[in-house]
Amino acid sequence: MRRMGNHPRGLIESLHTVQETFGYLDLDALRYVAASLRVPLSRAYGVATFYHFFSLRPPGEHTCVVCIGTACYIKGAPQLLHALKEELGVVPGQTTPDGKVSVLGARCLGSCGLAPAVVYDREVAGKVTAQALRDRVAKWKSHVS
Amino acid sequence: MSPEELEQIAETERERQAQFKHTIKVCVAAGCVSCQSEPVKAALEREVASRHCEGECQVKGVGCMGLCAQGPLVGVGNHTLYQGVAEGDAPAILDSLNTAAVDRLICPTDVPFFQMQKKIVLENSGNVDPERIEDYIAVGGYTALMQAFGEMTPAQVITEITRSGLRGRGGAGYPTGLKWSTVSKAVGEKKYVICNADEGDPGAFMDRSVLESDPHRVLEGMLIAAYAIGASEGYIYVRAEYPLAIKRLRTAIKQAERQGLLGANICGSRLSFYIDIRLGAGAFVCGEETALIHSIEGRRGIPQPRPPYPAQEGLYGEPTLINNVETFASVAPIVRNGGEWYAQIGTEKSKGTKVFALAGSIKNTGLVEVPMGTTLREMVFEIGGGLPEGHKFKAVQTGGPSGGCLPENFLDMPVDYENLLRAGSIMGSGGMIVMDDTSCMVDVARFFMDFCMSESCGKCVPCRVGTSHMHGLLTKITQCRGNAYDIAQLEELADLLKQTSLCGLGQSAPNPVLSTLRYFAEEYKAHVEQQQCPAGVCKNGHKDE
Repeated sequence: MRRMGNHPRGLIESLHTVQETFGYLDLDALRYVAASLRVPLSRAYGVATFYHFFSLRPPGEHTCVVCIGTACYIKGAPQLLHALKEELGVVPGQTTPDGKVSVLGARCLGSCGLAPAVVYDREVAGKVTAQALRDRVAKWKSHVS
Repeated sequence: MSPEELEQIAETERERQAQFKHTIKVCVAAGCVSCQSEPVKAALEREVASRHCEGECQVKGVGCMGLCAQGPLVGVGNHTLYQGVAEGDAPAILDSLNTAAVDRLICPTDVPFFQMQKKIVLENSGNVDPERIEDYIAVGGYTALMQAFGEMTPAQVITEITRSGLRGRGGAGYPTGLKWSTVSKAVGEKKYVICNADEGDPGAFMDRSVLESDPHRVLEGMLIAAYAIGASEGYIYVRAEYPLAIKRLRTAIKQAERQGLLGANICGSRLSFYIDIRLGAGAFVCGEETALIHSIEGRRGIPQPRPPYPAQEGLYGEPTLINNVETFASVAPIVRNGGEWYAQIGTEKSKGTKVFALAGSIKNTGLVEVPMGTTLREMVFEIGGGLPEGHKFKAVQTGGPSGGCLPENFLDMPVDYENLLRAGSIMGSGGMIVMDDTSCMVDVARFFMDFCMSESCGKCVPCRVGTSHMHGLLTKITQCRGNAYDIAQLEELADLLKQTSLCGLGQSAPNPVLSTLRYFAEEYKAHVEQQQCPAGVCKNGHKDE
């Protein structure tokens, strides 16, 4: 924020920094950013909810991002989502009740050459099969941290 | 920096590279990184170190080599390319340096995929190390900038761009020279150059690849543009989903600043130009220029009616030039070789080359650059290697969610802006997705409408409500509960959206529906009349909800 001279135009950049540090944007953080940049809280909230990249809820311990871009879609992303729903009982945008795994959908990761692609905790995996996905999340689920 | 100093750096770097007998190039663009090219690079480096041959063999990370389907790719010298390399292959590759190549890993380069391409934008991809400015300078980088500064007036630069016939590579195909001259004539206290790297089209990854493989090329293009229009600040608006591209851009900007190629009084001239990065936050609509400007200003990315065009009143109300990554990447070679040279390539109205991202049901997925006017058949069946065994071509989708699906009888059509538009699709940013007989076209149309529905910013009613209605109708049809009236209503809504939406997103949202209705009407018919899906996709109700 200081880099941008606490100017309102630094709002999105500031929110990026907050999310990078804390994993999500909670109300306190939004209030703090809004006050420092002298923008109404409503505008900060509006921006935070407008962009898909910002999350207002804490992420699960692990995240699993399934690419649902066109190439992945026709190469079997729906089956992957189906597998996740069976395995974890959640659909994209949700976190399992125990807070272990968050499932997200992404509009194209740009790894179309490797479709269908999934990101497990920031690590991109290509040509994912439903079985491989099941195994991976099952490991997360059983893992006691 | 002066041209002599630049030449000095190039000379030193070329000498440094010439002392190595062997150069092993490992692709470190995102495609290969996600199939573990970094451990491969580390293994090769360890192997070189353990054999104490650091003096004659260098391992370097390079940008995308195109054939993403076969990654990780490793090149040795200029002629040998290995595919699907694993960490354990490092000793074998080093053993082979002085003898014959490793047969089991070899990737043939005499195939149409490599032979039919013409690389201008991607000429350095896969050759230079994207993290070293010296490497870029050694292959002639920044000489176009020196040439523009030293020998040309801003007006001459614009004339040269106009003569080249270069058109905006973001999709709409607006003549770049015209855009530049409009901004240069506009009056304002300050002018801005924005590079649009918010590559939101699902299925397109050209811009990401260019930024990851050759970031300095984009900076050079932006600098030349700044000189031509008299801008003092630039922004690169890049998707937060591309962390690697962001990292490389940051490095590139720092290096350029250190060399005096960015900052105050560049190369002793009166031009001062600063570039900063702005991160997108996952909103497709921000690819629209007015929405993008709002986003850079720290607000919601909502388009506004034009005029005023950004060329007159853009960022912070000042004249602003917005071009796509690929457009900027085409600038340096045009200045270096002249507009005439560029205009010789391509078709009558669409000049030069275009980078396409081949994906979907195709053997050689990856990145290709071809002259405009190449036919779809050449692209899919020769360069792309055709479809995987046992599958039959059904359609090729271009232009992302704003484009259309073209059936088999369009395969011999030369690809350029006009032809695609006439066929009911668009060039878009260059995504090209091949679909086979296992895809249901109604379902594909529903998929794109779902995308447009969730990406609609909600400002204008036709787009906000229209996309949602169309999605509802398409869902009904894919669940085999539709009737003939639903199709008629779809057509009516499509027309309404096209005519009355505020920005490109809404105006082009019906394209996938219209093109599938036009070319695959029998599939819609089967869904509503016989209540069945010919491709067998929709039988169990809805796929992903």
